[in-house]
Amino acid sequence: MTDATADMFDEGVLALEGGGDEGPAPRDIIVSYGFWIFILSDMVLFSALFASYAVLAGRTAGGPSGAQLFDLRRVFAETACLLLSSFCCGLMSLSIEARRVRGTYIGAALTFALGAAFLALELSEFVGMVAAGDGPSRSAFLSAFFTLVGTHGAHVTCGLIWLTVMMAQVATLGFRDKVVRRLRCFALFWHALDIVWVALFTVVYLIGAR
Amino acid sequence: MFGKLTWSAIPWSQPVPLITGVAVFAIVLGVLALVIVKGWWPYLWREWITSVDHKRIGVMYVILGLVMLLRGFSDAIMMRSQQAIAVGTAHGWMPPEHYDQVFSAHGTIMIFFVAMPFVIGLINFVMPLQLGIRDVAFPVLNSISFWLTCAGVLLVNISLVVGEFARTGWLAYPPLSELAYSPGVGVDYYLWSLQISGLGTLMTGVNFVTTILKMRAPGMRYTRMPVFCWTALASSLLIVAAFPILTATFAMLLLDRYLGMHFFTNTGGGNAMMYINLIWAWGHPEVYILILPAFGIFSEVIATFSGKPLFGYRSMVTATMAICILSFLVWLHHFFTMGAGADVNGFFGVMTMIIAVPTGVKVFNWLFTIYGGRLVFSTPILWSLGFMVTFVIGGMTGVLLAVPPADFVLHNSLFLIAHFHNVIIGGVVFGVMAGYNYWFPKAFGFTLDERLGKASFWCWLIGFYLAFMPLYVLGLMGMTRRMQHYSNPAWQPWLIVAAAGAALILVGVVLQIAQLIVSIRTRQARRDLTGDPWNGRTLEWSTPSPPPAYNFAVLPKVEGIDAWWAMKQAGAPRAAPTYEPIEAPRNSAAGFIAAFFAVMIGFALIWHIWWLALVGILGAFVTVLTSAWRLDDEEEIPAAEVARLEASHGPRLEQGA
Amino acid sequence: MANLPSIATRDRAPGAIAPGVGSYLIGLGLAAILTGASFWAAGTHLIWSQAVPIALAVLAIAQMGVHLVFFLHLSSSPDNTNNILALAFGILIVFLVVAGSLWIMANLNNNMLPMSELMRMQR
Repeated sequence: MTDATADMFDEGVLALEGGGDEGPAPRDIIVSYGFWIFILSDMVLFSALFASYAVLAGRTAGGPSGAQLFDLRRVFAETACLLLSSFCCGLMSLSIEARRVRGTYIGAALTFALGAAFLALELSEFVGMVAAGDGPSRSAFLSAFFTLVGTHGAHVTCGLIWLTVMMAQVATLGFRDKVVRRLRCFALFWHALDIVWVALFTVVYLIGAR
Repeated sequence: MFGKLTWSAIPWSQPVPLITGVAVFAIVLGVLALVIVKGWWPYLWREWITSVDHKRIGVMYVILGLVMLLRGFSDAIMMRSQQAIAVGTAHGWMPPEHYDQVFSAHGTIMIFFVAMPFVIGLINFVMPLQLGIRDVAFPVLNSISFWLTCAGVLLVNISLVVGEFARTGWLAYPPLSELAYSPGVGVDYYLWSLQISGLGTLMTGVNFVTTILKMRAPGMRYTRMPVFCWTALASSLLIVAAFPILTATFAMLLLDRYLGMHFFTNTGGGNAMMYINLIWAWGHPEVYILILPAFGIFSEVIATFSGKPLFGYRSMVTATMAICILSFLVWLHHFFTMGAGADVNGFFGVMTMIIAVPTGVKVFNWLFTIYGGRLVFSTPILWSLGFMVTFVIGGMTGVLLAVPPADFVLHNSLFLIAHFHNVIIGGVVFGVMAGYNYWFPKAFGFTLDERLGKASFWCWLIGFYLAFMPLYVLGLMGMTRRMQHYSNPAWQPWLIVAAAGAALILVGVVLQIAQLIVSIRTRQARRDLTGDPWNGRTLEWSTPSPPPAYNFAVLPKVEGIDAWWAMKQAGAPRAAPTYEPIEAPRNSAAGFIAAFFAVMIGFALIWHIWWLALVGILGAFVTVLTSAWRLDDEEEIPAAEVARLEASHGPRLEQGA
Repeated sequence: MANLPSIATRDRAPGAIAPGVGSYLIGLGLAAILTGASFWAAGTHLIWSQAVPIALAVLAIAQMGVHLVFFLHLSSSPDNTNNILALAFGILIVFLVVAGSLWIMANLNNNMLPMSELMRMQR
């Protein structure tokens, strides 16, 4: 390799900041970055479920298809709940950075309430379908639907539990460094779930209902 | 109350698993009794079980891999002995329903519980030392990952005596693995064990990626990292990218089995081929997860024992990252025969051949490293030379298989088995053996016996060729894989040779056990007093053997590649360093306790003991909460203590130069 | 070696907060518009029906971008490079898994007998 090419290589790789002259990064960055990597792995998990859904979407085994089952008004309501919940999470994050306790609790409560509303709507959809005999064991399409949407819902549920635990931590431990780091991770998680929902409502409900 | 679990789950009427189970149980009880009687439990708990030190966790991973190698290898001996005699009217000593469990367990254990722990263990131990830092990004998570892997190991081994194991091969293809055709608990053991350990592995991947990208000694730019750390990075990125696919796919199979869904069933619109597609989308990156760190080990070993810098650092790095990306573009070559058309088969066939190119670049770089240097024929170098020949042969048969028309004839024949054992043993196993011999003195303070090391290598090498070259011939003669019995007598001589090869490898394994025992007995004669027994090039050799818990009292300032070599050339530093207090993470029992509940959850779900699963989940949740409220998770080592510890090792730079 | 550029001394954590509520308000507004547009596009007759899935995909990708920029504060500045690279790697893998699976699974029936002949063989 010529000197010029070698220099280009060095500059290219060096241009990746964190190029390393200062030693290990501060703890805040390490924790957030690690959680970011974890979220990306979660996106790959969803992609495998998305791929299965896409492949199996047409295999209704004589049962109903998406067009026959989906209520797009409810989906719109779910979308609104989750989007507003993400926004309130952003407000909560601002309060956390400013170390405002009341703002944090209010932001968290709104985030929680809207997230819970989302779950309630989703559960009502699932219960209705199962009661009508269109549960996940009816066909491959329904298995894929319930699993994909249900996995997202399970993530939301875990998020709500996590949020509750975090508020208990704020109440008992205050805005300690490690508590703030965990809250930042929660915010990353919550926004990521809304991103997955965008893909979900587009692919499963909007395209699927046609 | 106990779900499907009854006393008949224990194999009273099957002598082999029953006697094995009793023997293992007796050994475990004996070891526990010894530990309690000798009063070692507090030491073990404090120094190992609850340790969050990457060096301790790395050693435990390697021990796990070595122990499970014995289990996986005994499966191999059983298969070889069965196949050597079961021709025509002779039906051997193992009935088919056992043979099926043995080959399934063999593959599962070797990949998930030998190769992965060994590789992860070596990366765990070495990578932070090579980066010039004190530990990985998330030490407690590291411990949790290790113990979750152990939980998976425990479940697989319990299946030997309580219930049965899967009979579906190491990847459990549906529809055979669906409830309709595998109604027993075997597949459930397989699935839950791997879901639990897979979670641990994923967390390790996140841990390592974060460590390598965000935590390096001052001055250690990406282009100054040792090649082993680059391969560790590529491997960890692949873990993060691929293991979620495995988790999702196994989850879908579990949903089919537990909730009657139809992802991969024959009825209800399921598509079994989707499982095979997804599982190999994980499976191919998985083998690169295993081989890339092995390549890294060889780079370190060859450079050190040639006394020269590694040839072509930049092309090595580029080749490594190219393999990382390309490994996600070839997975269909595992199922060329599943019915895809010529364009799809052709695309993946060509990509498979392309991925051989960066590996070829690496082989040439190793050869050019040796050329012009003075090669020391140590045990690690013997493993490396053996690797280069063996892996190249295995790689070439892989390129042969990459041609779809050829694969149509050879798919699932013994040719395939010979190929992947060729690259896995020649590549991964030889690599971890080289790494084990190379880094053993750093971990324990004394080198391993060279004579026994070399003897064990030769037995492994010759044994490998005897055991697997006949399989290439058999594959071309038409013998399929996983046969408990066959009727073509022309195959038998080859299988007898293969069995002899397995026996020779067994001798090699015994010699390695002997090497360990003898080395411990005679360790005073081979103490590593300088910390640098091989005249190494990278930063781990700048520490004492074994390193103190904090690795480096003062993080080294790095100015180029092969930082330790440069420091040795420059000579001893002029002034004594000023020591500062060091923050160290405290031990944590979270990993061990989480794994305990993981075993409870897994076992309960396997046997449909729903209340027990709930108890396990609650227990795991409480463990998380307890850990979250823990405030005393760090301790400070005062500067004076650091100074004292450093002084106790004596001046080493002069001795090592 | 050539004169290398000086490296930014600190990188930013992914999701690190920018001061002020403005970013979140803009994000909310844009996301709401894009969501509304998606639901409208799915039901309207004003767009050629074959093009609707593509339109929906574009709107979805745009909205994901809005989330990343306005809620997660991802930017193209040098202190964010590691975060962007990780995201790019993730997107690549997601694309390969989904597109690869779809291509393969659609193609797998290539060498299968037509269903009618297959059913005849069952009898």
